[in-house]
Amino acid sequence: MEENILEIKDLTIHYVTDEETVEAVNGITLTLQKGESLGLVGETGAGKTTTALGIMRLIPDPPGRYISGEIIYKGEDLLKKSENEMRKIRGHEISMIFQDPMTALNPVLTVGEQIAEVIQLHHKISAADALIRATEMMELVGIEGSRHTEYPHQFSGGMKQRIVIAIALACDPSLLIADEPTTALDVTIQEQVLDLIENLKKKFGTSMILITHDLGVVAEVCDKVAIIYGGEIVEYGTLEHIYNNTKHPYTIGLFGSIPNFNEKTRRLKPIYGLMPNPADLPDGCTFAERCPDAMECCRSGKIPNIEIEPGHFVRCRKYQSQGGETDGE
Amino acid sequence: MENDVILQVRNLKKYFKTPRGNLHAVDDINFSINRGETLGVVGESGCGKSTLGRTVIHLHERTSGEIYFNGKDISDVTKQQLKVLREDMQMIFQDPFSSLNPRMSVSQLIAEPLLIYKKCGSKGELATRVAQLMDTVGLASRLASFYPHELDGGRRQRIGVARALALNPQFIVCDEPVSALDVSIQAQIINLMQDLQEEMGLTYMFITHDMSVVRHVSNNILVMYLGSMVEFADSEEMFHQRLHPYTKALLAAVPIPVIGAKKERKLIKGEITSPINPGNECRFAKRCPYAKERCHQEIPQLVEAVPGHFVACHYVQEINQL
Repeated sequence: MEENILEIKDLTIHYVTDEETVEAVNGITLTLQKGESLGLVGETGAGKTTTALGIMRLIPDPPGRYISGEIIYKGEDLLKKSENEMRKIRGHEISMIFQDPMTALNPVLTVGEQIAEVIQLHHKISAADALIRATEMMELVGIEGSRHTEYPHQFSGGMKQRIVIAIALACDPSLLIADEPTTALDVTIQEQVLDLIENLKKKFGTSMILITHDLGVVAEVCDKVAIIYGGEIVEYGTLEHIYNNTKHPYTIGLFGSIPNFNEKTRRLKPIYGLMPNPADLPDGCTFAERCPDAMECCRSGKIPNIEIEPGHFVRCRKYQSQGGETDGE
Repeated sequence: MENDVILQVRNLKKYFKTPRGNLHAVDDINFSINRGETLGVVGESGCGKSTLGRTVIHLHERTSGEIYFNGKDISDVTKQQLKVLREDMQMIFQDPFSSLNPRMSVSQLIAEPLLIYKKCGSKGELATRVAQLMDTVGLASRLASFYPHELDGGRRQRIGVARALALNPQFIVCDEPVSALDVSIQAQIINLMQDLQEEMGLTYMFITHDMSVVRHVSNNILVMYLGSMVEFADSEEMFHQRLHPYTKALLAAVPIPVIGAKKERKLIKGEITSPINPGNECRFAKRCPYAKERCHQEIPQLVEAVPGHFVACHYVQEINQL
């Protein structure tokens, strides 16, 4: 059970252009065990999607560049793989569900063909058999298999996302990366899709990285949570650690910004200011400018990652005195 | 009490003609809003909530029904009358990226309504008023010459708010004003809008799909499904007990950021159906877990099931054991 399916070590990805360098991901370290779900939570521009694309080796180069780090998947470093080897991994070993089901599908191919395509790509199987597998996948995600001859525009948003999920799971991947899979959907449909993802995940024992900005969704489906800000993981731990023992001022701010559904709150406690420009990140802690507890020492140097309780990491100077082991110094 | 009502809508309908028949975007909606209060309008995409907001302020021409503003019938207005009316009725749009002219600077965008309505006699007066508005919505004065693409979503939405406030309106339709924003920025804008409401006595019609936000901002809540009203009540009452099966499902589906908040999922089957030529039945019947024969044969009327709490469901008493 203690098998790590994915280990990301100190991953740094920058987008380099003539004018500027966008420091999208700065030294992310993560581990994911078999069958586990990790929620990667952050706001626009925090580096969530770059991390996901980075794992899939889908960062457009130029301008994207891997500056440092390792992505160990089942004991092998994905960053050392050739493009050909990566093609065998994508869709087969690691799959991705994209945010927008409206644009993720090809409008001129039937949905059956699109699901069959990925199956044929990774298995030696005839076109006819692939199509049969495709209809089975459609049934699995709750769409009548007989609709395989229809085109994406004939399906609603929720249905399209089901097709995207069918494509992602068609080759029984070990790792699923879901990038905001329900953001474009209505709540009642979101509920159906989350339910589907969770059931299929259990059935196939798939590990998952769920990228989202919605702390509510994470509470429903994830085991571990990583809060990402300015391309760094600022807090990392189990669901219990993050929700019931929130430590990092940014995470506290995120929770304070959400109106409470269960009781009427008089006033929200927003985080002041704005996200720093990733092309011009401040020295020291990237959150210091917006942080209510910022001290002078926060504005320079590398902020240590403190293990405040076993498995619960906070990247904040506030906890330095209480901290257990530190790294990154 | 009667004098407090700023906006009243009676039997409002808006149908769009399509090749396949009439699309019932807004069907027989009734409500009123008291001065200084907020009416939250919630529902999923395609339920007609935006069309309702736009019809109320004459961005769409209604098909039938009456709209009263400050006691005056404004159902039919001429272009001239509408221009006068718009001084008091404004709108904040959902998408701060497409609702601002990319070729105008921040100060030009905020000055635009003031120029159209000739509110300022001199250039100096105009500049003062624009600066004042920027200050009100929390935009730093150094941003005056910036263009929208140079700003983030939160600041752009502040421009939208400043534009809506420029003419000192009494009533603002807010169409998903925070849905395009990150949560930390969303909270800033909500707080800003609530402060402004308190200071200026504004009345809001707040259209959103976010149930947590709607509870936070609203005095009353109107729930829509496929163009029709399914439930209307005081916000606390609504969150205390939801009577319509759709509202129950909708609120149960909201993910709550608390561990173990949800034990099991109560999924509602299927998806929203087409609002084109709806039949003589309850529009939620196809997805409703309680649906019986009568639901497919008769449109339920909105009735006061509990004092102050209106529901359109044939079996509201039975389902809720009232």
